[in-house]
Amino acid sequence: MAADNFLQTVIEELKNYDGDEVRIMEVCGTHTAAISENGIPAMLSPKIRLISGPGCPVCVTVTAVIDKLVELSLTENTCVLTFGDLIRVKGSKMSLADAKAEGANVRMLYSPMESIALAKENPAINYVFAAIGFETTTPVYAMVIEKAIEENINNLKLLTSLKTMPEVIRWVVNNAGGIDGFIAPGHVAAVTGEGVFKDLAKELGIPFVVSGFEGEQLLLTIYALVKMKGKGGFKNLYKKAVTPNGNETAQKCVDKYFECSDSSWRGMGKISGSGMILRQEYKQYDAGSAGLDEDHMPPGCSCEKVLVGKISPNQCPLFGKSCTPDNAHGACMVSTEGSCYNYYISGRH
Amino acid sequence: MCVALPGKVIGLEGTKATVDFSGNIVTAEAGLVKVNIGDRVLVHAGCIIQTMDDSMADELEEMFREIEDISVGG
Ligand code: SF4
Repeated sequence: MAADNFLQTVIEELKNYDGDEVRIMEVCGTHTAAISENGIPAMLSPKIRLISGPGCPVCVTVTAVIDKLVELSLTENTCVLTFGDLIRVKGSKMSLADAKAEGANVRMLYSPMESIALAKENPAINYVFAAIGFETTTPVYAMVIEKAIEENINNLKLLTSLKTMPEVIRWVVNNAGGIDGFIAPGHVAAVTGEGVFKDLAKELGIPFVVSGFEGEQLLLTIYALVKMKGKGGFKNLYKKAVTPNGNETAQKCVDKYFECSDSSWRGMGKISGSGMILRQEYKQYDAGSAGLDEDHMPPGCSCEKVLVGKISPNQCPLFGKSCTPDNAHGACMVSTEGSCYNYYISGRH
Repeated sequence: MCVALPGKVIGLEGTKATVDFSGNIVTAEAGLVKVNIGDRVLVHAGCIIQTMDDSMADELEEMFREIEDISVGG
């Protein structure tokens, strides 16, 4: 069949699908955003349900990490550096944005690499980067540490809350369940290689398809997963970026500076082996990341259920009422990769 | 913090690359992967994390071949 005809068939079949309900989880926050930007949900039969998983780093960061960042930002001669969205997530008392309004030193950066120049320019200030993220971001922090060592920078540390995908996917399957297929995160797989998700598909008996981020790629991925329901299996539909072994330079760089650890996730608690921390020999670059496990949701917020697909955002009583992107209660509405935010902006009320 | 779609390397100086995302020009660190001018790359948190293998056949054709074996209509 010619490519154009095939795409047309895929689009029609996805719209008219009338078999058993298929619940597909996109694990990655960037996929969540791409799915709403491309208007994918409206193109699917109501029997195909897309569920956002725990792959939005801002959303899964626990309260204790935010509280620690707030505390550091209010410490003399200390400046907390962060990605944009994290600044608005509430800790137990306040967010980094609230702390900034009270005079704390907080700066938003586009890349952790920018912290090197800042630390060099202002040797009297102790910089702490809020190092959140998954397998895609950890190599960037490894490079920051490498540069800091190379350039003998001693006023830059990381507060890490770094997470890895396979363990949390296993957790979701074993504890929340009800997922018929996973859209595997394309950029994580670009770094780790496809093998990680191939192995998971085999282990869990649930199909995984690695996908890119364009509308057509996502539609074909969803189509493949609908067809693979109940059969298991693995497909890599993003071969241009995702190779069997991934980016081995990045993997080596991560392995040099970081080691596997337990990690606490919003709504899921501590998951064994699901995180990365700085190795003992590089602990002078750690701003106190150990033991940051405590977590509690803002009153009435159901992020913990949304994050594992137990409810969809519009089932939260606050969704679109008191909780909107302009007045976000939980991290899932704050982050542009969050499930609640994306439901809201794409009108999935 | 992830840019979903690939950009194109239009400049390179040491490990600093200039990347064009449909007219939006950014600087990205190129230390994690070997890049050349003209490469299409994935950028995450200001770092190039992977280059796209453009020697491969047309992307959609490739995808169709991958999923053609899944039974249609089932
Ligand atoms: S809609 Fe708001 S309050 Fe409800 S789960 Fe989402 S972020 Fe929390």
